Amino acid sequence: MKIDKNTINKIARLSRIKLDDKESEDYIKDLNSILDWVEQLNEVNTENVEPLSNISSSILPKREDVSNDTNSSDEILENAPDKLEGFFAVPKVVE
Amino acid sequence: MNNLIKGEKHDWEMVIGLEIHAQVKSNSKLFSSSSTKFGSSPNSQVSLVDAAMPGMLPVINKYCVEQAVKTGVGLNAKINNYSVFDRKNYFYADLPQGYQISQYKYPIVGEGKVTIDFKDGTSKDIRIVRLHLEQDAGKSLHDQNPSKTYVDLNRSGVALMEIVSEPDIRTPDEAGMYISKIRSILMYLDTCDGNMQEGSLRADVNISVRKPGDKYGTRCEIKNLNSIKFIKQAINYEAKRQIEILESGGSIEQNTMLFNTSTGKTRPMRNKEEAHDYRYFPDPDLLPLEISKEEIGKIKSSIPELPDELKNKFIETYKLSNYDASVLTAEKQTSDYFNETINSDSELKNHAKIVVNWITSELFSLLNKNNQDLNNSPVSPENLGQLIKLISTNEISGKIAKDVLEDMFSSGKTARQIVDEKDLQQVTDHGEITKVIDEVIAENPKMVEQYLAGKDKLLGFFVGQAMKLTKGKANPKMLNDILKQKLNKKN
Repeated sequence: MKIDKNTINKIARLSRIKLDDKESEDYIKDLNSILDWVEQLNEVNTENVEPLSNISSSILPKREDVSNDTNSSDEILENAPDKLEGFFAVPKVVE
Repeated sequence: MNNLIKGEKHDWEMVIGLEIHAQVKSNSKLFSSSSTKFGSSPNSQVSLVDAAMPGMLPVINKYCVEQAVKTGVGLNAKINNYSVFDRKNYFYADLPQGYQISQYKYPIVGEGKVTIDFKDGTSKDIRIVRLHLEQDAGKSLHDQNPSKTYVDLNRSGVALMEIVSEPDIRTPDEAGMYISKIRSILMYLDTCDGNMQEGSLRADVNISVRKPGDKYGTRCEIKNLNSIKFIKQAINYEAKRQIEILESGGSIEQNTMLFNTSTGKTRPMRNKEEAHDYRYFPDPDLLPLEISKEEIGKIKSSIPELPDELKNKFIETYKLSNYDASVLTAEKQTSDYFNETINSDSELKNHAKIVVNWITSELFSLLNKNNQDLNNSPVSPENLGQLIKLISTNEISGKIAKDVLEDMFSSGKTARQIVDEKDLQQVTDHGEITKVIDEVIAENPKMVEQYLAGKDKLLGFFVGQAMKLTKGKANPKMLNDILKQKLNKKN
C-alpha cells in the first residue's frame, strides 16, 4: 500500500487536521516509510494464527452494576467554551 | 399472501433488514459508574470517563455483559465465548471520545432467529445476524436556538445492544411485527425496558426493492426511527421513492436517509461518504471479553418463560387459538394479568376464552379510553375474575356485565358489591319471565298480528320490550325461548 496526496488529504479531513502542502509532503514521506517498515511483518507465516487484539495475557477486569449519584456537571462543563443551563452549547450541527 | 407492490410497469418486492438499538436495563453505564436514569437534569450523570477526560480508562459493567448474553439466549442465538471491543471513529458534538466503543469483528452474540405470527395462523422466522454491545452517544438539541446546538451527555456511555437482522423482512407490517417481537422478548427477559418514546428502543431500517426473484437491489438506510408507526411510514415512503426512480430508468444511490416525522418523507443525510469511514480497530484500553461455558450455563438457567413458550402453554392448557394466545403473550403485563385472573378462581379455567375476551376487548378498550395502562388498571385481576365468574354462572348477563365493569373501573368497587347494591342479578325464574312476556303480548296486539302474518323481525321488538320491563335483567336465552313458544301458540 502506498500513501498518496489523496489519501493524506482524506486522513487529515477525517482527523480534523489542517495540513499545508509542505506538511502533506512530509507526512506522505513519513507514513510511507512507516508502512514499508511494517510490511516486513508480511514475511512471517501467520496461517492458522488467530489475530491478537491485545498483548496482555491478563483477564478483562469487570465492575458490579452500582451507580454513584455524584453530580459533577460543574466540573464537566468547566472547560466548555460555551454553555447554557447545564448544556454544552456548540455551533449548530444540523442533520 | 401477496407481498408485492404494484408499479407502473411491473410488481416490486421490498427487501428489508433492521438494526435495532436496545438500551440495556442497568443501574450504571457500560464503562463507567454514572447513573442511567432517564430525564435527569442535563449533564448531571456524566463522569470523567463519559466526558472523555484524558487518562480516564473504561471498566466494563459485568451486569451489562450478562444482560447481552441473556438476550442472545432469548433470540435463540449463538453466544461467543470470546469477543472484542473496537473503536468506531467519527466526530460529532455528542461523542466526546471522538469514537464509540463498539464490537466489530467479534461480537458477543452470533446468529439467531425469532418467529413472527400472522393473524391467519401462519408464522415466519426472521434470522438474526448478530448482537453486539456498544456505547450510546449523548443527546443533541437542535431546535432550541437558531445558531447553537445544545448537548447533554447523560446518555453518553449507556450500554446498547445492537441487534442486526438478515434482510428477511418483506413488508412494512412484517417489520412492525418483528420489532414488536424483539421488544416483547427483551421485556420478558427484563434486559431492556422497551420504552420507544424515551428512546430505549429504536431502529435503523435498511431497504431496497427488486423484481421478485432478482438479486438484491441497492439499499438505503433510514436512521433512528423510534416508533413502529414511523418505521412503517418510512418504509412505505422510501420503497415508493426507489420504485419511482427505477421505473423512470434511474438507479438507486446507496445512501443514509433521515425520516421527517411531520412530512412523512425521507431525505439523504449530508456528508455521509465521510461518516462511513469509521476506521475500526481494537480498543487498546480494553482486553478481549471472555465468558466461560459455566457463566453462560448459569445465565441460561436464569431465563424466564419467553413469549413463544408461554404461548404454546396457553394453547395447550386452555385450548386457546394461536392468535388469542399470541395477543395474550405479546406483552408480559398482559400474560401476567391473564395468569392472575384465570388462577383467581378454579372455575375460570373452563372459561379461558371468555377471560381472554374480557381482558383483550372490554378491559383494553376501557383502559384505552381512559389513557391508562394494564399495569395500573383500576380493576384488579381478582376482581375481573369475580365478574367473569358471575357471568359464567349466569348470575348476570354479559350485557349487564359490561356496565358493571365500567362501574368497577370508575368506582373501584368489586363486581359482587355493584351487583348487590344495584340489584342486577339476572332473572332466571321461569314464572317471572313468563309473566312479563304475557304483559308485553297483551299490550301489543297489533304487533302480534303482524308478527304472526310473517314479520319475523318483530321478535326483536318483543324482546326489547320485555327486557325493558325487567331492566335488562332477564336471562336472554330463557326470554327468547319462552317468547317464541308463547307467540307460536297464538298461531
